[in-house]
Amino acid sequence: MLADKDRIFTNIYGIHDKSLKGAMKRGHWDNTKALIEMGREGVINVMKESGLRGRGGAGFPTGLKWSFMPKESDGRPHYLVVNADESEPGTCKDRDIMRHDPHTLIEGCVIAGFAMGANTAYIYIRGEYIREREALQAAIDECYDAGLLGRDNKCGWDFDVYVHHGAGAYICGEETAMLESLEGKKGLPRLKPPFPANVGLWGCPTTVNNVESIAVAPTILRRGASWFAGIGREKNTGTKLFCVSGHVERPCTVEEEMSITFRELVDRHCGGVRGGADNLLAVIPGGSSVPLVPGDQIIDAPLDFDSLRELKSGLGTAAVIVMDKSTDIVKAIARIAYFYRHESCGQCTPCREGTGWMWRLMQRMVEGRAQKREIDMLFDVTKQIEGHTICALGDAAAWPIQGLIRHFRPEMERRIDEFTRNAEPGARPVLEAAE
Amino acid sequence: MTKLKVDGNEIEVPDHYTLLQACEDGGAEIPRFCWHERLSIAGNCRMCLVEVKGGPPKPAASCAMGVKDLRPGPEGQLPEVFTNTPMVKKAREGVMEFLLINHPLDCPICDQGGECDLQDQAMAFGVDASRYKENKRAVEDKYVGPLVKTIMNRCIHCTRCVRFTTEVAGIAELGLIGRGEDAEITTYLEHAMTSELQGNVIDLCPVGALTSKPYAFQARPWELGKTESIDVMDAVGSAIRVDTRGREVMRVMPRVNEAVNEEWISDKTRFIWDGLRTQRLDRPYMRDGEGRLREASWGEAFQAIGKAVSAAKPEKIGAIAGDLAGVEEMYALKELMHSLGSKNIDCRQDGSKLDPAFGRASYLFGPSIEAIEEADALLIVGANPRFEASVLNARIRKRWGFVEPFPIAVIGENADLRYDYDYLGAGTDTLTTLIDGKHDFLETLKNAERPMIILGQGALSREDGLSVLASTAKLARTIGAIGGEWNGFGVLHTAASRVGGLDLGFVPGEGGMNAREMLSGTDVLFLLGADEMDMTLRTAGFTVYIGTHGDVGAHHADVILPAAAYTEKSATYVNTEGRVQLANRAGFAPGDAREDWAILRALSDVVGHRLPFNSLNELRAKLYQEYKHFALIDEIAVPETSDISTGFDELVKKAGKMEASGFASPIKDFYLTNPIARASAVMAECSALARGETKLAAE
Repeated sequence: MLADKDRIFTNIYGIHDKSLKGAMKRGHWDNTKALIEMGREGVINVMKESGLRGRGGAGFPTGLKWSFMPKESDGRPHYLVVNADESEPGTCKDRDIMRHDPHTLIEGCVIAGFAMGANTAYIYIRGEYIREREALQAAIDECYDAGLLGRDNKCGWDFDVYVHHGAGAYICGEETAMLESLEGKKGLPRLKPPFPANVGLWGCPTTVNNVESIAVAPTILRRGASWFAGIGREKNTGTKLFCVSGHVERPCTVEEEMSITFRELVDRHCGGVRGGADNLLAVIPGGSSVPLVPGDQIIDAPLDFDSLRELKSGLGTAAVIVMDKSTDIVKAIARIAYFYRHESCGQCTPCREGTGWMWRLMQRMVEGRAQKREIDMLFDVTKQIEGHTICALGDAAAWPIQGLIRHFRPEMERRIDEFTRNAEPGARPVLEAAE
Repeated sequence: MTKLKVDGNEIEVPDHYTLLQACEDGGAEIPRFCWHERLSIAGNCRMCLVEVKGGPPKPAASCAMGVKDLRPGPEGQLPEVFTNTPMVKKAREGVMEFLLINHPLDCPICDQGGECDLQDQAMAFGVDASRYKENKRAVEDKYVGPLVKTIMNRCIHCTRCVRFTTEVAGIAELGLIGRGEDAEITTYLEHAMTSELQGNVIDLCPVGALTSKPYAFQARPWELGKTESIDVMDAVGSAIRVDTRGREVMRVMPRVNEAVNEEWISDKTRFIWDGLRTQRLDRPYMRDGEGRLREASWGEAFQAIGKAVSAAKPEKIGAIAGDLAGVEEMYALKELMHSLGSKNIDCRQDGSKLDPAFGRASYLFGPSIEAIEEADALLIVGANPRFEASVLNARIRKRWGFVEPFPIAVIGENADLRYDYDYLGAGTDTLTTLIDGKHDFLETLKNAERPMIILGQGALSREDGLSVLASTAKLARTIGAIGGEWNGFGVLHTAASRVGGLDLGFVPGEGGMNAREMLSGTDVLFLLGADEMDMTLRTAGFTVYIGTHGDVGAHHADVILPAAAYTEKSATYVNTEGRVQLANRAGFAPGDAREDWAILRALSDVVGHRLPFNSLNELRAKLYQEYKHFALIDEIAVPETSDISTGFDELVKKAGKMEASGFASPIKDFYLTNPIARASAVMAECSALARGETKLAAE
């Protein structure tokens, strides 16, 4: 249980004043210059020691990522790109940061920009986030007016922040697709290598970070790496915004310590699972792209990167989707499969063709209009997509179905049996393609 | 050089190689669809997956990974790549299955059948059955013009066509719209493509999504005879393969020739073949008493010519060689005219002032086409390379777009060349300003290490053409394009026969008439496929037309002798850079038509001056004896530096007054530049479309 004094996002619910004045009252923008004066190495070392892992889903250590940027510029400018294209179903943490506590993000941009030698940040915000965009832009304007951003600002590091809004494509949340989109091209993920830290936005060294990773940086620097590292478990440190949705009494976004158990998170903040813990069927612990975990396995599991990996799932964006026993679990996963079919960029073969195939198969699985051996085939198809694509969308499309088959195969087979039993011969003509 | 191991074999490859190239070097075959060595890397088909030792536990796309990105093993072992492990095999089968689930498998009715990458690779790397039981995707076919037929169900989204049009053709006409399964290749608004190189997307398409519209359902690849030959539609001399079934040419395909056309050909080269069947002259004709052409026998025709020749004074006999004539027939005609005592010969129908008297370097594309990639500044004078030599223009664009942008300036028409350039001005005035150093671009040219000037026929086929040539030669000297190791003086020809003709000295002798003068000034005029002249100027005199098509020349002829087109004879052509190349016979000429040299040889008997050869080989032996460089097939006989400077010394003296007017490209209609093209229905449609006379599908 995270004590109130340890919260980073003190206005995540928008109860207090979100303006610059209010933010400063809560301690943000407090002598940012002193943080800058720690020096590049100093900032990066604190970030490394804090053990902060990227909050966008992959969990890559943020300090390490910042250190990949070239130490000396070879003439090309460096860029910081903030990934605010929060489109992962179930995830709603960044929008609360941007609409209620935007100054944490803006201050973080200055510090992160300084740490990587960038004088410009682009915040790529999801197209559907209109009010969030307005709030964020208003906050940035306030900072310019107050002399916190721009040339010769009070922080001691020339810095510009631009807000760019997307057009509603999930794939633009992939870091290289985001760079393409920022450049005005179609959001198709790039081939790696070269990595963005070397050749990124307009061919210049670029680091792409999640909103939350950036927004927590100033507080970490102020309160020290050991404070942050002292929260949570080893290698899974700090505080984290959890977005609990689904079948709980009171869905919410809440900042909690890393490695909190699922039971504690849900009971303390969400009023428990609808119908009690016994009614829990399964949980998708990290946004739609991670495999689900059956209720009995997750109920007392700590929610962090490593323990969820042991459960063959992942923390992802910590968007905890709770499903009770009233859920049609096959249909739920089929809906997710539809989402990925719709959002595949179509660039590379396995994902373009495979997501559609999986969705069509899943639709039949929902009805049970399938053969049992097709479950194995479906699993094989997911394996043929996973790891064979340019970006991780293929993996993200494959994992939920793998999770379903791994844990709910009996349910899928039951449906097939039921369908077969009820099928009257001749009553339902089977249409075949022009064969 | 980088060392690595491919399937256990140690190999060494250049640093810039991708894994795919390295594996091919190491003897491992890597299937691929999207990767193409002349296009940028897309890495999207995922067919070329290989296993990299020590990497993440998933296969890597070998086309997108450079050998430089490989890491050595923990103890410094060579990086290792595997192409035959179970992981790779499974990954390839998976990708192939994905490619096929929405592919219609209509191979029996697909024009790509038999030469389809997908077919071949499915056989080699796929599994035998599909597990996909759902309905296949259906995609509407798109209209992309009269040349390329689309069957979009078959598209596997490799985006080669998109990359080709954007990168090589230089106009982003094709694109991938939509997302995921709904992604479609289209010309956005379903306009016809406008590129002169669009036909190449047919070759690039690894499946049957983009096929040749004129060739649709005409033939199967395995029933075609394939003859390697040389294109004559422009002076580039692109390497082609002529595919024939029986006597008929069914299609023309490009061959790889890195020095000339890489592997691209223009649409005129590719789609000309229907013009080889129509409007053909397949028997001799004579004009009867009423002024009408009637069929005749070879004997009658020859007798009529013999009569006319013996009645005419030698100085009143002339011969003009057309744009498609091979060296052999021009040589035979020249010898014939020589034996008749006439000096009236000319191969410059357009009135170009190029003259072999100033040395070979004064009319060759000196730097060579390949060296365009090395040039670091370019001035184009009176040429529109996009239409005059589309493939060469693609090379300039490659230099500009793929290697790095370099300064290009144009004097002449301000046309869209598919790359950016400085437009200096329209004509002679600008040229003079530049030579006088009153223009900044002169400095750019002077500072360049390898400056290049492309001088087009638009600047040379004027009354003051010789002055323009001389002035430009002077400019070339000033900027250092001539005189050292680097020869940057490039004359861009438009006619395939021209350089060969100039090499032969097929120009008026001392006191002889030029082509224009011959029209009105000769009593007997031989036209060797010469159709590009204003024949209304020929009001009197006896005209003999030796050629292939019923075009302008034939309409004004008194005797027509049917000859063989470029696919029907073995003939030598010299391209604009002076490269001697041999066209081969792919089929026989129709009806009574004969090869041109043989017609001239037979005719020489009738006029009483028998030419001293009885076979093509004998002709060539004599030709090679007199002009040694014609024997060097596929080579450029580079002129000696000393010869270049002597020739240029002479040439520069000719610089005189230039008429103040703009240069105009001689190509008024790219699709209708020669009698074969004018007989082609496909070219006529393209021409109408380019002129904006055809309504588009979407309208």
